Amino acid sequence: MSGLTIAEKILSQKSQHSRVEPGEVVEASVDLAMSHDNTALVASIFSKLDVDKVWDPNRIAIVLDHRSPANNEQTAKRHQTIRTIVQEQHISTFFDIGQGICHQLLPESGLVQPGMLIVGSDSHTTTYGAFGAFATGIGATDIALVWATGKLWFKVPETIQLTVNGALPSMVTAKDLILHIIKMKGQDGANYQSVEFYGTTIERMSLGSRMCITNHCMEMGAKTAMIPFDKTTKQYLNNNAGFSAQPVFADADAVYTEKTEIDVSDLEPLVACPSRVDNVKPVADVQGELIDQAVIGSCTNGRLEDLALAASILKGRSASSDVRLLIIPASQKVYQDALHKGYISVFLQAGATIVNPGCGPCLGLHQGVLAKGETALSTTNRNFPGRMGSPESNIYLASPATVAASALTGEITDPRGVLS
Amino acid sequence: MIIRGVALCYGDDISTDEIIPGPYLQYDSPEKLASFAMRGCDTTFPEKSKNAILVVGKNFGCGSSREQAAICLKHAGIQSIIGVSFARIFYRNAINQGLPLLQSSSACEMISNGDEIKITLETGEIENISTQKQIQSTPPAPFLTSILKAGGAIPWFHQQK
Repeated sequence: MSGLTIAEKILSQKSQHSRVEPGEVVEASVDLAMSHDNTALVASIFSKLDVDKVWDPNRIAIVLDHRSPANNEQTAKRHQTIRTIVQEQHISTFFDIGQGICHQLLPESGLVQPGMLIVGSDSHTTTYGAFGAFATGIGATDIALVWATGKLWFKVPETIQLTVNGALPSMVTAKDLILHIIKMKGQDGANYQSVEFYGTTIERMSLGSRMCITNHCMEMGAKTAMIPFDKTTKQYLNNNAGFSAQPVFADADAVYTEKTEIDVSDLEPLVACPSRVDNVKPVADVQGELIDQAVIGSCTNGRLEDLALAASILKGRSASSDVRLLIIPASQKVYQDALHKGYISVFLQAGATIVNPGCGPCLGLHQGVLAKGETALSTTNRNFPGRMGSPESNIYLASPATVAASALTGEITDPRGVLS
Repeated sequence: MIIRGVALCYGDDISTDEIIPGPYLQYDSPEKLASFAMRGCDTTFPEKSKNAILVVGKNFGCGSSREQAAICLKHAGIQSIIGVSFARIFYRNAINQGLPLLQSSSACEMISNGDEIKITLETGEIENISTQKQIQSTPPAPFLTSILKAGGAIPWFHQQK
């Protein structure tokens, strides 16, 4: 009998089966259920289930990040409803407005541990796979069912193994690597599947870079994306809230639906062009495209290392007067660290607007919505039509280095040229 | 379970940002959400969606986990969606809302806008009454059909008690 991948092993453990096979539907016990501003919808569905108490208030986390602070009265009412639910149900983990993005706050708080089964009412819940957890996005009804029972059905996914080797060239980042992979696989190239990452490039990466990769795997449809636990994961957990779980590793004879090796030694800065995340081109191909707004932030690229990279390019320089440069730290901790290291001062001197920690303009609700005909270059993860505002606006996605370099010139610019 | 309706056809990779753009998520009422269904790609959709069957290409519903994408389509009158493939969160949300999804790689070529369609959910048989052609699709797994027959996840949950 063959071995198991990480996804198969975690779902076996959580469904109390000795082993599960891809395609099988299992009912599994959830370790952590996260929801954000859409918790008002979750609560309204939960109330229709006629269950008085949530299954475990210590395994529920709620974060107000999508419209934070409230962008209108309707949002304010929803936030009010959510605060009441938190109190009534004694939810132990609640981050009110301004604390940051769920996908940064949960890892920072030590709530994400290897081997866990985590669900979130946000598609980018795949982010937590950077810690070797099985983490996947679901809708509001599914979260309400988990609140009621602590369980949910899962179809066991097939697993793709991606092995990434080589040293990333200067000014080429995890973002460029994952854009390269999404181009290779296509927008639905990993639909319903789990992705496991291996190789020296991944082993050398910080947790921040790893989270950028597992976050973005959603943009090729992945159900979950995992990087096996190692000494870097252990160090991150020990530096934050501690290490309290049992890591899960794939068996040496696990069966993969695909095995691909990637060498990054010659990788160059890339851009996802409107209006598909897999419409990826070298920066050189779109160099000179004028931009109105440059955004550095989000659950993909709003971490300290992203701000450090942007600050190294912006230091002592000013953004083009034709560009609105928005910087959105992913959490209060990232903001504070950036402040202490002097990055925030660099950004202010460059003419940036610092937006409070949260999702910012990523989903077109507030804090930098695009008008018809405008173009943004952003470190966020989606460029679908209308994502950031008008359906007739354009979004390009790139690394913090490329966005910072482009903010200086007012047009899409290769960061390697700016530094030299 | 027999489902009948008139075909409304769209293409590949329609994201939840197009099905229900972010700003409209401020509405709670399913009817209000329905009035903005598909606003990101077809502003005339609500005028023709009543009792319609959506026929779509690959990766329908990609992007955000917003359940309002399934809610707005169901309340706009969509009876079922036949697609080459569906993004996985949208798939779960639609089943939970009691909106049946069937997978077929050939439906797009064999069904045109306005064709009269009859679906047998359990078997996945699709009859294009207008052209008198039969299409075999992949129906939802039996477990999911039980949720659909109950009318969605909430009534199904009560049945399980």
